[in-house]
Amino acid sequence: MSFGAPAPESQQPDGFVFSAENLKRAKQIIARYPSGRQQSALLPLLDLAQRQNENWLPRAAMDYVAELLEIPPIRAYEVASFYTMFNKAPVGRHFIQVCTTTPCWLCGSADVLKAVKDETGLAPGGMADDGSLSVIEVECLGACVNAPMVQVNDDYYEDLSYDRMVSLIRALKAGEAPKVGSQTGRKGSQALSGPTSLLDPALAVGAPAKPKASRPKAEAKSAEKAEPEKAEADKVEAEKVEPEKADPAKVEAENAESEKLEAPDGETAKGRATAKTKPRPPSTKDKD
Amino acid sequence: MPKLTIDGIEIEVAPGTSVLQACEQLGIEIPRFCFHERLSVPANCRMCLVEMERSPKPIASCAMPCGDGMVIRTDTEVVHKARKGVMEFLLINHPLDCPICDQGGECDLQDQAMAFGFDRSRYAENKRAVKEKNLGPLIKTFMTRCIHCTRCIRFADEIAGTPELGATGRSEQMEVGTYIEKAITSELSGNLIDICPVGALTSKPYQFNARPWELRKTETIDVLDAVGSNIRVDARGGEVMRVLPRLHEDVNEEWISDRTRFACDGLRRQRLDRPYVRCDGKLRPASWDEAFAAIAERLEGLDGSQIAALAGDLCDAESMLALKELMAALGSANLDCRQDGAALDPAARAGYLFNTTIAGIEQADAILIVGANPRWEATMVNARIRKRWLMGGLSVGVIGPNVDLGYRTDHLGAGPQTLQELAAGDHAFAKTLAKAERPMLIVGMGALARPDGAAVLAAARSAAETFGLVKEDWNGFNVLHTAAARVGGLELGFVPGEGGRGTAGILDGARNGEVKLVWLLGADEIGADRFGDAFVVYQGHHGDRGAHRADVILPGAAYTEKNGTYVNTEGRPQRGKQAVFPPGEAREDWKILRAFSDRVGRTLPYDSLEQLRGHMAQVAPRLARIDEIEPAEWQAFGKAGKMDAAPFASPVEVFYMTDPISRASATMAKCISQIVGEGEKRTGTDG
Amino acid sequence: MLADKDRIFTNLYGWQGWDLAPARARGVWNDTKKLVAMGRDAIVEEVKTSGLRGRGGAGFPTGLKWSFMPKEPDPKRPSYLVINADESEPGTCKDREILRFDPHRLIEGALVSSFALGAHACYIYIRGEFYNEASNVQKAIDEAYDAGLLGKNAAGSGWDFDLYLHRGAGAYICGEETALLESLEGKKGQPRNKPPFPAGAGLYGCPTTVNNVETIAVVPEILRRGGNWFAGFGRPKNSGTKLFCISGHVEQPCDVEEELGIPMKELIERHAGGVRGGWDNLLAVLPGGSSTPILPRTQCESVLMDFDSLREAKSALGTGGLIVMDKSTDVIYAIARLSHFYMHESCGQCTPCREGTGWLWRVMQRMVKGNARVEEIDMLLEVTKEIEGHTICAHGDASAWPIQGLIRHFRPEMEKRIRAYRDAAHRDAAE
Repeated sequence: MSFGAPAPESQQPDGFVFSAENLKRAKQIIARYPSGRQQSALLPLLDLAQRQNENWLPRAAMDYVAELLEIPPIRAYEVASFYTMFNKAPVGRHFIQVCTTTPCWLCGSADVLKAVKDETGLAPGGMADDGSLSVIEVECLGACVNAPMVQVNDDYYEDLSYDRMVSLIRALKAGEAPKVGSQTGRKGSQALSGPTSLLDPALAVGAPAKPKASRPKAEAKSAEKAEPEKAEADKVEAEKVEPEKADPAKVEAENAESEKLEAPDGETAKGRATAKTKPRPPSTKDKD
Repeated sequence: MPKLTIDGIEIEVAPGTSVLQACEQLGIEIPRFCFHERLSVPANCRMCLVEMERSPKPIASCAMPCGDGMVIRTDTEVVHKARKGVMEFLLINHPLDCPICDQGGECDLQDQAMAFGFDRSRYAENKRAVKEKNLGPLIKTFMTRCIHCTRCIRFADEIAGTPELGATGRSEQMEVGTYIEKAITSELSGNLIDICPVGALTSKPYQFNARPWELRKTETIDVLDAVGSNIRVDARGGEVMRVLPRLHEDVNEEWISDRTRFACDGLRRQRLDRPYVRCDGKLRPASWDEAFAAIAERLEGLDGSQIAALAGDLCDAESMLALKELMAALGSANLDCRQDGAALDPAARAGYLFNTTIAGIEQADAILIVGANPRWEATMVNARIRKRWLMGGLSVGVIGPNVDLGYRTDHLGAGPQTLQELAAGDHAFAKTLAKAERPMLIVGMGALARPDGAAVLAAARSAAETFGLVKEDWNGFNVLHTAAARVGGLELGFVPGEGGRGTAGILDGARNGEVKLVWLLGADEIGADRFGDAFVVYQGHHGDRGAHRADVILPGAAYTEKNGTYVNTEGRPQRGKQAVFPPGEAREDWKILRAFSDRVGRTLPYDSLEQLRGHMAQVAPRLARIDEIEPAEWQAFGKAGKMDAAPFASPVEVFYMTDPISRASATMAKCISQIVGEGEKRTGTDG
Repeated sequence: MLADKDRIFTNLYGWQGWDLAPARARGVWNDTKKLVAMGRDAIVEEVKTSGLRGRGGAGFPTGLKWSFMPKEPDPKRPSYLVINADESEPGTCKDREILRFDPHRLIEGALVSSFALGAHACYIYIRGEFYNEASNVQKAIDEAYDAGLLGKNAAGSGWDFDLYLHRGAGAYICGEETALLESLEGKKGQPRNKPPFPAGAGLYGCPTTVNNVETIAVVPEILRRGGNWFAGFGRPKNSGTKLFCISGHVEQPCDVEEELGIPMKELIERHAGGVRGGWDNLLAVLPGGSSTPILPRTQCESVLMDFDSLREAKSALGTGGLIVMDKSTDVIYAIARLSHFYMHESCGQCTPCREGTGWLWRVMQRMVKGNARVEEIDMLLEVTKEIEGHTICAHGDASAWPIQGLIRHFRPEMEKRIRAYRDAAHRDAAE
């Protein structure tokens, strides 16, 4: 949650221009809006610029985007400083955003913060000296049923506990790609113990067959204990789904990966491959 | 016409009227901070809440258009509570440092807190502090006091056309400023101080100088350009402390330019406060008697044709008339009020007036600007063009300097050739002009104050005729003056008489010895080396260019120190009023001339300003019809001829210094170093 | 309990693929052409018959909202549908499931609804943090174009229709419809004054309807099965099925689609495994997202999860996101944390909200510790009333309600905290 002032001059790069590919993408984005309404592309283009610049938005990028869209720079500054996702100063390669709003707090977000502190030494607002990690506290990220949760760069990690957060950080530090989503292995927002609806076999295609034990007390559950459960769930699911999608965890990870390949605005903050979004011509009807 | 009931009174209003305006029509006062008649309506301060029948919540009266059958109540418990609440919120984070705030005594927040607020604070938490912003040499910020009404942002966007201010961040951390530290580059920035309802934006040059209740307020006219902006001069003792705008819908609305406002410190510096006489090549202080004697001595034996007079740009009509009549009494027809040599024809009024009028700009649908930079030469005229442009459907073409005027322009070319091409229809903009219902042509001094000025003027006239700029109910031909005295001088005939010399002739004569004595009435725009060996009498108020060359200096009065008539570029006579006395031995200019005429035995026939004005009303009746514009008859003017290919250049090189007063102003000097200088630096790195 | 055959969101948990083929298998895009062929008026009528009320929080009747749109097309001012996918209300995570697991249902709804509104273009405004969700939606849009379901003669309906995805960048307030439009225009998300209403002058000054994701996603199914089918669930004026999100202190936090009007207790016990430690361990519930005033256990016993029942209980259905708190909860902190949220998310334009939300949070912080005077509880309540109803949008109201609910039901707790703090201070002083 960074409003307000830009990073100090010493951190500001001298200039900013889109890479050839991003410039192309910027033009595609602008084409989504009626002619003369190119300012609509301001948020997406600032996001694109941020992705190109190690996940933060230097002043030169704001100026550049403003010029590209033919709007006064101050309009870009206003927007960049209004929205929390624009980082006005450098952030860590793993930018950990811990949700602490009431639903997450009720489910132990304080433990998650403590895990971050214990494992990295960082309090919210802090950044590791080597730039590998930075941590902030954020407001509700809209995954309350899977609380507590954090967002690291573009990905949500849900159903956390102290131990699971520790594991997550260790995995990130080790350069692994931890599984995105629930860390207890449940699918989406379904009850961990198994669904209570959509039980009709005709509808339940792909559903996990066997309800699990009731939800463990979050605090007591360690990551180690969760593992066997997850493995079991995976196995059960494996029997149900089509062969080539045997491991749902893997499928999900793959999905996540491939989805990113087709992400709307391309590169993730991690600098993964860029998207190939097929631009659509704007409706001729909405051009005045 | 919607009809509604407000506090039990029925009222019918024009469609589009807001509830707040309807209340005002009934004399019901609605408190407000963010609402301003000339700006867009954000309805964010929430001070103007009133009750509307069938609405569960009170409504913001400033943003609610009147509807038929509406029932509004402004004096209910709900309304009082809402106002009190908003007032309390505005004050919880306000520093309440009124005793050290320059806005104190003229602060909307103070006034409305008295009228609508609580008498104590319930806020027990720490107050917010906001870092100061550096907005340049004119505007002092104290952003902790800001109540986020966003008037300044909207002014910069909408009126000034320099969108540099914004509200960055959000929630209670929202801050008004430029985000990246920079000076405001608008020529209208001083108005931000006026529209700020609190002490967040105050005048830097004026800071901690005076309290409003200590000031003597004089309503007068600005002379630092030819717009004739209506101003109020606030003085304490003998010192002008500040200049503020005064409402005149047809001239400056309620704004003034930064030069008009901030050059007033120049009134205190470089002043001529006693007569001087040059002895042995050096100017030495003298008494009035000695000074008059020195001139009288030099005049002795001179034929009228050897004497000449030039009136400068800031002169009042009364003193020009007195000087003209003194010259006549001395037998001289060598006089001119066009020290820049502009090819203006005094015989054809339509050829030297801004005929459309400033307010008339709002009717125009196409404007061709020739050889002018209205943003610098007549900031308020430019603001009016921008206002018109914002309404939509206006095309502006420019021939001359290609500058950012704050609205979209088509730069057609740089010099006379483009004007010719256009007149011949060889230009896309020709079609625009021909199609326009109310087209305008604005010719600046950059096009006329040059050797081929008369030919340019003729070409402009012919273009006006070609494109039908002059019709029964519309005169789209306009001359944009830069000198406040110019139109007055032309109306009075302060131009060469029968066989007399004009500016060029006078200077030629001075150089070749045919003209022996030149009387400069505040004429400061002519290089000292151009008077040859002539004896130069300089009558004026600043030790500027004219005084440096003078053989005798007669200390006159600046515009704030005398009562005088000025005719603006539209031909609108207005009266300036004396706010303070001239410094030292300096005197009002007409009195100096009257006294000198007595000294040389050619006494001018008026002993008081009233008599002089009575006389002026006979000589030039229009000048007595204050604030009235007499439309000029269309007739031939200019002289067709060959035009030079040289591009037009604006006579105003630097907005902040155009005349002896602004050249003496330390504030204007700061503007040049911090605003103009910065701008150049920026261009340097960007370009 | 709602029967599975009557559930609309049959891939709520993402068991099946989100892409086109599995979506078709679920019945999405099944003869969409026929739905469009019903004609504009008939669609709007059917939606009115269904009793569908906006699922984003305010609960405005959808059919009625649609009927405000101009009937005659004006080429200079085209109509727009804008879909609000800026799901940010704490306690709410239902649209996310549609976006990531069933985007085609939304896209089909966008086509049919846009047709009913006379709109040839539609924007989906999705909160920026939903990056992976946005990926799925964008890919689904691309698939739909490739399959001829979008674009010229979309789905063979004869209606030309373009759909665009627009990502936000982190601002709760953009869930307010006019703030969303501002944001979509590339500005700060500051709500606009009304009038004019979006149906008159919305996106780019053109007639616009803004609807929640869930609202739009249920439209095709309503048309397929008939408005009366949908209206058959729940009570009059509170009809249909609804996605509920049950978070906080329950045994099995989950999302579930249920009938509107299901008793809160049944919802929690049947689907969320009950309150942690049993129903008697329940302290209170925020029934419809963070803005809706808190209900103590006694009220939770009997209240029904629909608009009217919750309104009678001086709360609201809101988004249908229940935040459950058991007796271990520091309820004052739970609400204080929401005060921080509302302060942080205030757009900053209106005085009462900009200044008041910070004031509320600061006082609430003291209330958490008990470092306050008992009279300050009344002052706090008064401050909430000074904010409520005095701002351009409902954010001010939303910041006021949780505190009003807290004081209404937990004033003794607050007083107790204050006394304890004072007593402790006295003890310290005495020692």
